[in-house]
Amino acid sequence: MKFTEKEVEILELLENDCRLSAEQIAKMIELTEDETKQLIKNLEDQRIIVDYTAQINWGKVDGHEGVKAMIDVKVQPKRGVGFDEIASRIYRFKEVKSVYLMSGAYDLSIIIEGKSMSEIAQFVSDKLSTLDSVLSTTTHFILKKYKHDGTIFEQEDEDKRIVVSP
Amino acid sequence: MIEPSYYLSNIVQELKPSGIRKFFDLAAGMEGVISLGVGEPDFVTPWNVREACILSLEQGYTSYTANAGLIELRKEISHYLKNLTNIEYNPHNQVLVTVGGSQALDISLRAIVNPGDEVIVIEPSFVSYASLVTLAGGIPVPVQTTGDMEFKLQPEELEKAITEKTKAIILCSPNNPTGTCLNKKELEMIAEIIEKYDLLVISDEIYAELTYDEAYTSFVSIKGMEERTILVSGFSKGFAMTGWRLGYIAANPEFLNAMLKIHQYSMMCAPTMAQYAAIEAMKNGKEDVIHMKKSYRQRRNLFVGALNDIGLTCHVPGGAFYAFPSIQKTNLTSEEFAEQLLMEEKVAVVPGNVFGKSGEGFVRCSYASSLEQLQEAVRRMQRFVESRT
Repeated sequence: MKFTEKEVEILELLENDCRLSAEQIAKMIELTEDETKQLIKNLEDQRIIVDYTAQINWGKVDGHEGVKAMIDVKVQPKRGVGFDEIASRIYRFKEVKSVYLMSGAYDLSIIIEGKSMSEIAQFVSDKLSTLDSVLSTTTHFILKKYKHDGTIFEQEDEDKRIVVSP
Repeated sequence: MIEPSYYLSNIVQELKPSGIRKFFDLAAGMEGVISLGVGEPDFVTPWNVREACILSLEQGYTSYTANAGLIELRKEISHYLKNLTNIEYNPHNQVLVTVGGSQALDISLRAIVNPGDEVIVIEPSFVSYASLVTLAGGIPVPVQTTGDMEFKLQPEELEKAITEKTKAIILCSPNNPTGTCLNKKELEMIAEIIEKYDLLVISDEIYAELTYDEAYTSFVSIKGMEERTILVSGFSKGFAMTGWRLGYIAANPEFLNAMLKIHQYSMMCAPTMAQYAAIEAMKNGKEDVIHMKKSYRQRRNLFVGALNDIGLTCHVPGGAFYAFPSIQKTNLTSEEFAEQLLMEEKVAVVPGNVFGKSGEGFVRCSYASSLEQLQEAVRRMQRFVESRT
């Protein structure tokens, strides 16, 4: 799909900060507020803008630390539906946060979130491994999140400039 | 006890300290200040550029470079200028790497000014121009521009200021502090006068990368101006590399050779590790520059609109990252405005008068700050303006 420069600019702005209002965006990209709202709506309708979420560093929230794992899954693709059917069976589980079809040593890369390691282990052994098409799984626990979706988690945003400069 | 002032040079004693310095002292040490007073990007130098510097250190490149700078960097600069200006500067004898744009300006002036020569400075102007002319032994001659004309130099005003002693003019487009850009037609009108009076131009093009509405025109690309122009630029603004102190000069070989003499005796060469970083910036930094420029433009649109909404009339600056709104409706001088705004609302702006007489009645606000900061600054400024009108 081709998009205009203004549409791409809206996408970039919202990806960077989805709290921006249509009014603010309109001023920034020199459109009227109505035009901007319409463009945003079109982008939402086409599911180019899929969702508006916040990046939360749950690791810092007591009682919400949670555990994340990346799981490499080898599957047996099925005639006619390829990997899509098994992928959709997997992504419907609420524990599953992401599912990607991969090239290389395994087929699906899955990100799972749970309260504890045992909860994840149980999900893998009970739910995931027992699916018909799943041939094997390799679970990697994520120990620390440094950067996610372009956001550096421990970054200091301190302005190091002097207050007044030429 | 000695009397130091007895020993100090007359020129230095008579030199006024930069008004920005004075204001910096006032703002420094205050807590919770939102600063719109910075003349530099709010981006940190892109990581690949920093990484190139680290690599150069790891590899032990810690010795002098050629006086004119690493030939590899000069070639990159030459290539970059070809794209920007369509002029082919020979990297071997037409490009000189300096310690920031400031040193580039300094040695450009020292290379051409004889005692008593006049150099025209278009105001409001970057704080160093007039003082550097003085330090070079010349006489700075200000030419005023006005807010009504969006601070664009009027050719007739320029012509009025020219005397037999005039040697050169310093042009800066996009301008610090007004953000004003001169387009091709406007530069051509200036060029006519330059040719008529046989003058030189020092063209400070440090903000060349940061223009938003019209395509950038370099003064050297105006017909006949290449041989009369000393192009001064650097990495500070476009590449977010202010602290690296790396600039350059491009000019015809005779001028450059003269400048090289001053440079080699006073500076030897620009810092080696910064030069390696700059090579990376020139080779692979284009996308970062485009990204930063886009972000400045968006913030400009939002910020300048907001200033106008609160009654601080401001022309739309075509480049750099400064807004230069009028504060006349508050009936305060620019210094009073800046000082009281800082004390009462903790927003630092730079009073326009530090950039010359025609800056009086205006303040310089840098919009190289986060959106949140800009919006909060405007809220505080609105409160301040309402209390004064």
